[in-house]
Amino acid sequence: MTDTPPRFAPGTFAPAPGRGSIPRMLFTHARVETLLTLRHGEQILLTLLIPLALLVGLTLLDVLPMGDLVAADGSSVAKVDWVTPRILALAVMSSAFTGQAIALGFDRRYGVLKRLSATALPRWMLVTGRIVAALVVVTAQVLVLGGVAALLGWQPALSGALMAVLLLVIGTICFGALGVLLGGALRAEIVLALANIAWFVLLLAGGILLAPAALPDALAVVVRLLPSGALAEGLRAALVDGTTAWAELGVLAAWGAGAGTLASRTTKLS
Amino acid sequence: MSESPQRADGDSREPALALAGLTKRFGTTTAVNGIDLHMPRGQLLALLGPNGAGKTTTIELCEGFLRPDAGAVRVLGHDPVAAGAALRPLIGVMPQGGGAYPGIGCAEMLRLVASCAAQPLDVDWLLDVLGLSACGRTPFKRLSGGQQQRLSLACAIVNRPELVFLDEPTAGMDPQARRLVWELLAALRADGVSVLLTTHLMEEAETLADHVVIIDHGEIVASGSPTALTNGDPENTQMRFRARAGLDTRLLAAALPEGYVVRETSPGSYRVDGSVDPQVISAVTAWCAQQGVLAEQLQVGKRDLEDVFLELTGRELRA
Repeated sequence: MTDTPPRFAPGTFAPAPGRGSIPRMLFTHARVETLLTLRHGEQILLTLLIPLALLVGLTLLDVLPMGDLVAADGSSVAKVDWVTPRILALAVMSSAFTGQAIALGFDRRYGVLKRLSATALPRWMLVTGRIVAALVVVTAQVLVLGGVAALLGWQPALSGALMAVLLLVIGTICFGALGVLLGGALRAEIVLALANIAWFVLLLAGGILLAPAALPDALAVVVRLLPSGALAEGLRAALVDGTTAWAELGVLAAWGAGAGTLASRTTKLS
Repeated sequence: MSESPQRADGDSREPALALAGLTKRFGTTTAVNGIDLHMPRGQLLALLGPNGAGKTTTIELCEGFLRPDAGAVRVLGHDPVAAGAALRPLIGVMPQGGGAYPGIGCAEMLRLVASCAAQPLDVDWLLDVLGLSACGRTPFKRLSGGQQQRLSLACAIVNRPELVFLDEPTAGMDPQARRLVWELLAALRADGVSVLLTTHLMEEAETLADHVVIIDHGEIVASGSPTALTNGDPENTQMRFRARAGLDTRLLAAALPEGYVVRETSPGSYRVDGSVDPQVISAVTAWCAQQGVLAEQLQVGKRDLEDVFLELTGRELRA
């Protein structure tokens, strides 16, 4: 066509296909998902700023009926010790559920899932990468919120620390599955609306701000069976009373398994 | 962990594509209706058709995004649905409208896709040749349509595939970018990569393709090399010229021997269909002279691919 040398030397595109290494793919995918969350202003507001404001506000002001601030052994509980586990539950719900659902809704709109499922990236890794990213974000949230709570005088029961970690991990996976269920099936705008409404309803009536103990009995039973109520009550048991919370963990695992099974059938690529 | 650099392409005697009786329905609409197609390796095949003809459905059936309702698909010898995991490392895909995280940087996205390949092309080089270096950190949603298309093309070839599927690769590109992409497609073909592309640009198909398939209403209506498709009739079967828009083509037809058809194909572009000899040329120019207009860019030749396409698929606008 022209006298200039060809832009592409012969052999440049000679086929040499093959799948990349699994750890490298997983690392790169999870890293991208994490960075995109941490870079997104609205996500930071939802996952960090609102929980921080609530943590500080509820600790320093008397705005909520906290029931009797008494631990299982009858000793009294400091306000920050009561508030912090519930705020950690909120943080998990905000990032793993609401943030995840909204991001997935818009990712689908922009064709990312289709793009990535056309590569050698195994399908299971599309989910695993997002879960790893969610766990990294939750770790960051726990470090920041826990740090601020410590400055406010938070003294968690160390004997429940391992249980709390287990609850946070299973809670993240459970809320992540619910987020994928919502964000994977509906249009982005509808996901945005529903995810925010669900967040608000669960925050107020789902056992996070109001403990089941402060609710009418019939409602308390239901709330304890919600993932939000189970995570908040489980973290309270672990971090305030230092006890195990197997029932709560079971509730979270059941929700996660149910949502995951359903999501694997309903999630659409675009 | 990465697989050995040996070619993981299964049996290299298998054709790039083998479709037999391929059918796909969406509700009551039959999008693809019994397509048979054989594409040898190393070819560039252009799939043409009006909007809604079934081009994207056909490609998505080949990519494994859709399951056929009837018929069989083999891509490089693999069933794209059942053996998707084995097939995907071998192919490159450029979906229509691209695909990337809205907030991801251009370079970051290409690096992510490159990480899925054993021996990817150099990402910085690829960004550079596709003119994307300057917008490496620009979020995807803020790229222009043409830049998004170029990134999507880069993602489709970065894994050094055996076969690439490109759904309207030059849609929304400016003429410079389009020429660059044509050069790249020619280089892919020269290096032995099989290419299946859809396009609305007849020039694109005519210049690049070894083989052209025209589909309409989910069925193949023509198939062959660009020359074979336009060689159906003898030379000198039409004459084109440009003049002022709005000449009365019926009057011109009346000035010619019986059987000649005159059309204004676009404002100011005229086409006379029929056997063109010196008398006909002289009659046309004489008639133009009577109207006080100069017939410019006068050309005698045969049908081009666009004529063939419009004859086969009709001139009415599709919904």
